[in-house]
Amino acid sequence: MEKHTDRILELKSIYYSYHNADGETPAITDLSFSVNESEFIAIVGPSGCGKSTLLSLISGLITPEKGLIKINGRSLRESAANIGYMLQHDQLFEWRTIYHNVLLGLEIQHTLSARTREKAHELLDTYGLKQFENSRPSELSGGMRQRAALVRTLILEPDILLLDEPFSALDYQTRLRVGDDIGQILKKEKKTAILVTHDLSEAISLADRIIILTSRPATVHQTVPLIFNLEDDTPLNRRNAQEFKNYFSLIWKELNSDA
Amino acid sequence: MHELSAAQQKYLHMQKRHRRVVCVSRILILFGFLFVWEFTANTGIIDSFIFSCPSQIVLCFRELMVDGIIFHHIGITLYETIVSFLLVILISILMAVLLWTFRYLSEILDPYMVVLNSLPKSALAPLLIVWLGANRTTIIVAGMSVAIFGSILSLYTSFISVDPEKIKLIYTLHGTKFHALTKVVLPASLPAIINIMKVNIGLCLVGVIIGEFLAARSGLGYLIIYSSQVFKMDHLLMSICLLCLMAMLLYALINALEKWYLACQHR
Repeated sequence: MEKHTDRILELKSIYYSYHNADGETPAITDLSFSVNESEFIAIVGPSGCGKSTLLSLISGLITPEKGLIKINGRSLRESAANIGYMLQHDQLFEWRTIYHNVLLGLEIQHTLSARTREKAHELLDTYGLKQFENSRPSELSGGMRQRAALVRTLILEPDILLLDEPFSALDYQTRLRVGDDIGQILKKEKKTAILVTHDLSEAISLADRIIILTSRPATVHQTVPLIFNLEDDTPLNRRNAQEFKNYFSLIWKELNSDA
Repeated sequence: MHELSAAQQKYLHMQKRHRRVVCVSRILILFGFLFVWEFTANTGIIDSFIFSCPSQIVLCFRELMVDGIIFHHIGITLYETIVSFLLVILISILMAVLLWTFRYLSEILDPYMVVLNSLPKSALAPLLIVWLGANRTTIIVAGMSVAIFGSILSLYTSFISVDPEKIKLIYTLHGTKFHALTKVVLPASLPAIINIMKVNIGLCLVGVIIGEFLAARSGLGYLIIYSSQVFKMDHLLMSICLLCLMAMLLYALINALEKWYLACQHR
């Protein structure tokens, strides 16, 4: 057997269908790909192609009907890997302060201690939320809320971070800023991340590699590695780079060739 | 302090006037009603033996206050109402949690809950007397029977209408169904719990009075039925007035609880 030491996540020939009284809807068929340590992957595809289903599978919320998901070489069930999942909406609880929202995961995993509380304060400080610690979510702007949701995820020190269109609920301006912001945070922390999005420019500005899915039932249509010759490789700089346009038209063409 | 614009001042003034008109009208209706009642009874337009009148009701209350018997009746009704109210809230929360936890159970029990909820509960009171005897337990159970089924149903509805994405969040944080209940469903349903409290305090009072009509030797419901039988209309109408006051007081208590909760929420 070949050994890939830096291969953190592997999906091998995954199948998944939805069932209801009217019949079976295959969502994913024969889908395989792998993700390396500290890599930022963006998954794009036609709307409703099963992108979110894919993240639910990786996070273990649902189990594939066929196929194998391996993390660090071990199957999902056995591996003690910690997978963070950022949902489309921040889902901050209005009945908790920002600080207590951030502690939610720790409470659930029974890892609340003086040390982790201290870390929560530190992270909130690092990400510019210190003055909002005791605020209710409704008092924060959309971007701030998404940051708080990120802190809630990062404090659990996930090995892999799943992002399910986490910026789609924000207005365009905020979206660019928060995308840039969160992209840099993840790069700095060297997090392995999988971003699902329908926004091509968001995918190109953030990812190291883009996986294009076919329409439902989804399988991998093509993988496009992104290489930018930039001194300061930030999402915003990428948007102004020459390569951006080329990648955009390439991926756009690939997405539509399938239809 | 910055200066308010003329338009804003005018707006505030209109608002104030609006509130004052409502408040004054309310008071006028009460006193107008009492005055007309008293006046027509005194001038013989209505028969004060049958309709009583405010002054007689006050005199009657004073009379019963002297030997303290009225407080005994009020206390009994209040006690029975509060006990049945607390039991209803407790049991509804437990049942709603049970139904939410076991989806099967809720589906199986659904038609039974609907039937029991639409059944006129006063029909159960005679049955309860036979089964439980003419005692305080019967009255408390009668009070509960009026409120409990509706309250379980509405609480369960509020439980299942909690945003599924919020529950998904709990699972993405590797939480269990228990965490979903304690961290999301219950806190998100607190406003609904306060709402059913508001409805139930009145319903429990209704049930308790029905129970007292049939199976009591004390309490305001007993006083009403007894005075109607011996034709003491002063006593009867006084008891009804006291019930009005009691209902108002209990509702005000729950309102205060809600205000306190909202204040905690928003500091």
